Amino acid sequence: MSTALLTTEDIYQILENVKDPEIDTVSILDLGMVENVTVSGPEVSVKILPTFLGCPALSIIQKNVETTIKQLSGVEAVSVEFLRFPSWTSDRISEKGKAGLKAFGISPPPRQMKEDGSWHVDCPYCESTYVTMENIFGPTACRSILYCKSCKNPFEAMKPMIKFI
Amino acid sequence: MANNSSLENTVIKELLFQLADDDFIHSYRGSEWLGLAPHIEEDVASSSIAQDTMGHAAMFYQLLEELDEGNADQLAHDRPANERRNAVILELVNGPGHYMEEPEYDWAFAVVRNYFYTQAKMIKVQSLQSSSYKPLAEVSAKVQMELYYHLMHWKTWFVQLLGSGHEEAVSRMKAAIDKTLPDFQGVFSLGENGSEIVEQGLIESEAALLNKWNQAVAPVLESVGLQGAVEVGMAQGDGRNGKHTEDLVKALETLCEVYESDKAASW
Repeated sequence: MSTALLTTEDIYQILENVKDPEIDTVSILDLGMVENVTVSGPEVSVKILPTFLGCPALSIIQKNVETTIKQLSGVEAVSVEFLRFPSWTSDRISEKGKAGLKAFGISPPPRQMKEDGSWHVDCPYCESTYVTMENIFGPTACRSILYCKSCKNPFEAMKPMIKFI
Repeated sequence: MANNSSLENTVIKELLFQLADDDFIHSYRGSEWLGLAPHIEEDVASSSIAQDTMGHAAMFYQLLEELDEGNADQLAHDRPANERRNAVILELVNGPGHYMEEPEYDWAFAVVRNYFYTQAKMIKVQSLQSSSYKPLAEVSAKVQMELYYHLMHWKTWFVQLLGSGHEEAVSRMKAAIDKTLPDFQGVFSLGENGSEIVEQGLIESEAALLNKWNQAVAPVLESVGLQGAVEVGMAQGDGRNGKHTEDLVKALETLCEVYESDKAASW
């Protein structure tokens, strides 16, 4: 029987192990999905922001959060809740998360869009800025498909999700 | 007081059903294009949009579930056509034939309906952000961020086809506009309880929403040489009051087939 009390630090630490189900180089913490963690004795509650409302990975993430936290000794119950507010935005992705995306061949989302809604990212492989947008929509809700004219590689980018006026 | 709050709940639910059912059937019609869209990039794009839209419907059904209206899956699958509140224009088939065999779907109709509806939905979710029902206002902020890309997509198709100068494209697009407008008012209808919905500050009035939509589409229509001011109607009735076509009945039969096979299963 463990005598050490569980802390939120313990939970944040172990949540580093919960990766995006489709991008194993970034955790849900790196993506800025974890809004709040509370620990009350042996009970843990995690509040998460969904990236896209129709994302089929959300229930997988929920399950992975539960099983991962339950591995900690002293944990008896885990509740995971998806919050409607605040909205997840792509600027919540940390620098570490951006590096993780790049390592997977996905350009991190740009910080800004131009007034007409267009945006630019560089090639995650060769850093070239000579790229074209092939499809704003991609294999998952959060990604777009681009092509690098310098190194001739197709690549993906995380779509910017920013509040509009 | 108790009476007041129960009336308030009834009215909130009514609006939520309209929003949920619109997105649900719209997403279903969008998903029927999978594998049939004009090219592979469009297949990726339109199915991604359909998936987002189903997520929006699920969110609105979830809000109904939180108001004790029943389980979200059941609300989506287990209600007959005459209980659905979606606008009639959204339920109409993509074209003759069946997607499993000889579909003769009309891409021009898809583009027109998708652009007009997405623009209408954008105006609604903007209005909903000032809704007196806070959970709905919160969800709408999120929906709007995703919708931004949908609207850009369908507007691009709309302008490209109508501005192409290609005779077949232009004539089919014009025919699709003529087919869509006579029923498009149904998208703005708030149904029998419309005045209460507006009085409670849940969303702006039908007339205000329609006016904003007209202002948004007029410059786009004019940019391709068409008249900006358009007339809309409800030729086949008001779906908000349970009036629907055989197209909806058949769509529900198809999309509920798996659910009906085992209602107790957890998917």
